[in-house]
Amino acid sequence: MSNADQQGNRPLSPHLQIYKPILTMVMSILHRITGAALYFGTVLLAWWLIAAAAGPQYFDFVNGIYGSFLGRLILFGFTWALVHHMLGGIRHFIWDMGAGFGREAREWLAKATIIGSVSLTILLWIIGYMVR
Amino acid sequence: MSDMRTPLAKVRGLGSAKDGTDHFWRQRVTAVANVFLISFFVILVISLQGSSYQDVVAAMGNPLVAILMLLVILSGVYHMKLGMQVIIEDYIHSEGKKVLALLGNTFFCALIGLGTLFAVLKLGFGG
Repeated sequence: MSNADQQGNRPLSPHLQIYKPILTMVMSILHRITGAALYFGTVLLAWWLIAAAAGPQYFDFVNGIYGSFLGRLILFGFTWALVHHMLGGIRHFIWDMGAGFGREAREWLAKATIIGSVSLTILLWIIGYMVR
Repeated sequence: MSDMRTPLAKVRGLGSAKDGTDHFWRQRVTAVANVFLISFFVILVISLQGSSYQDVVAAMGNPLVAILMLLVILSGVYHMKLGMQVIIEDYIHSEGKKVLALLGNTFFCALIGLGTLFAVLKLGFGG
């Protein structure tokens, strides 16, 4: 954590709104947004687990909310955020190895992240409904 | 300008925050663990969705499931604590607000972590 002088009023480098959005940049931003969303989404996991620990009545109440249309919609978004953040993380592992920085490689990785996350999320929900 | 760092500081290589690459490294260690643990978690949730209370309690009563869930929580909560710290340090520049946000981050993660660990342990030990 840096403690640089904040009173100096030094010039700032241009921020996000200056740049034209490009795919790799959007994937980078989405990685952070999905991470933050998952952070607050853990409240849903905590509520579900604590409801199960609390007893059958309270669990059925929470399960009913999660099973509703709005509940499913939120859980669908949760699934996508989880899958997208995971694929984004795998992309970071590849970069950590020193690979995938070339123009074509990074474009391919960005496309694979978004196409992969959307299709994997849909696939997981199809499996979910099939095993029900 | 010549290097102002002492030879000892240079050898330690810990930088101004005094923990070197520790934050980065722990982020990656928990990330690797999460790839496996969260995959397990997603499969568990898919197999449990729509099940009755008894089925969920029975699944959590399986020691293997309970142990893996404890790992999911530990690795996941630690990872998200590190991640939110980076977001706070990137965007909140006033010293007072930053310290408050970092404190809030720690408290939130502690609450979520301990709450979910307690719930899994209670279910694991028989509801």
